[in-house]
Amino acid sequence: MDPVAAKYIGAGIACIGMGGAGVGVGTIFGHYLAAALRNPSAAQGQFGNLIFGFAVTEALGIFSLAIAFLLLYGV
Amino acid sequence: MDPIHQFQIKNLLTFGHIGGAEIAFTNSALYMLIALAVIVALTIGATTSRALVPGRLQSVAEMSYEFIADTLRSSAGSEGMKFFPLVFSLFMFILVVNMIGLIPYTFTVTSHIIITASLALLVFTIVIAYGFWKNGLHFFKLFAPSGIPIILMPLIILIEVMSFLSRPLSHSLRLFANMLAGHITLKVFAGFITMLGAFGFFGWLGALVPFALVVAVTALEFLVAFLQAYVFAILTCIYLNDAIHPGH
Repeated sequence: MDPVAAKYIGAGIACIGMGGAGVGVGTIFGHYLAAALRNPSAAQGQFGNLIFGFAVTEALGIFSLAIAFLLLYGV
Repeated sequence: MDPIHQFQIKNLLTFGHIGGAEIAFTNSALYMLIALAVIVALTIGATTSRALVPGRLQSVAEMSYEFIADTLRSSAGSEGMKFFPLVFSLFMFILVVNMIGLIPYTFTVTSHIIITASLALLVFTIVIAYGFWKNGLHFFKLFAPSGIPIILMPLIILIEVMSFLSRPLSHSLRLFANMLAGHITLKVFAGFITMLGAFGFFGWLGALVPFALVVAVTALEFLVAFLQAYVFAILTCIYLNDAIHPGH
């Protein structure tokens, strides 16, 4: 296979990993919203935890994006 | 039409060479100085009047102070307040730099990994140095949480060490990749507008769709710019909490 083509295909495959991070971030915000609707008075106190969970989950998607960028512009 | 072109670093003033490295005043340094001027104007300029009933600018400065102080106090305890200057400077610098970067034709300083990696390594080094200075060898209790069966201990310690060492990586990559990806997305959609415009009148009519998308993505990017500054600050608080109270 042409190495340039392989590079672009690899970058595309690397982006699949972001789907997993999307599922994770959706789960976090969905569960936060469900819990916040059940007990709205406790919701504000958990905002920091929400953002922390979001940041840690999002980092995994960012890693796959970084691999894609490395393949596109770094290699 | 290259979406990467906007991240190019240009020399505005070249001073000379030391070793093989070029010493120059770049557009990155210029925008950092602009951000510094904005922060100084906001925090010092807005609070000189010290009105009992704050004006508009003074309440912005007071609200950002309260916001970061609350975050730091809730995640690192009142002992963590001695790190308030560090966390507040990091938050304000990243927030202002991100916001300036969203103005068209400007440069986004945080879209370069060297900047975010320096900030993340600063936090990482402070956590290690303060952790050992305050707790001595008890700092290693960070890697061995209490209440774990002895059989599982080697595995847990390995995982904890790995997650501790990957912190500066994820801390810096998150901010950098969010800024980079957001600005590339903006430029790619903006490129669609001119590409469709090449087809004449109906092309310009169709270009309304990517134009609306550019507006929407810009609004999203303002949210991301604030959120990433906040995430960077809150992760700094959580890492500092580990240095202050290592026993979980």
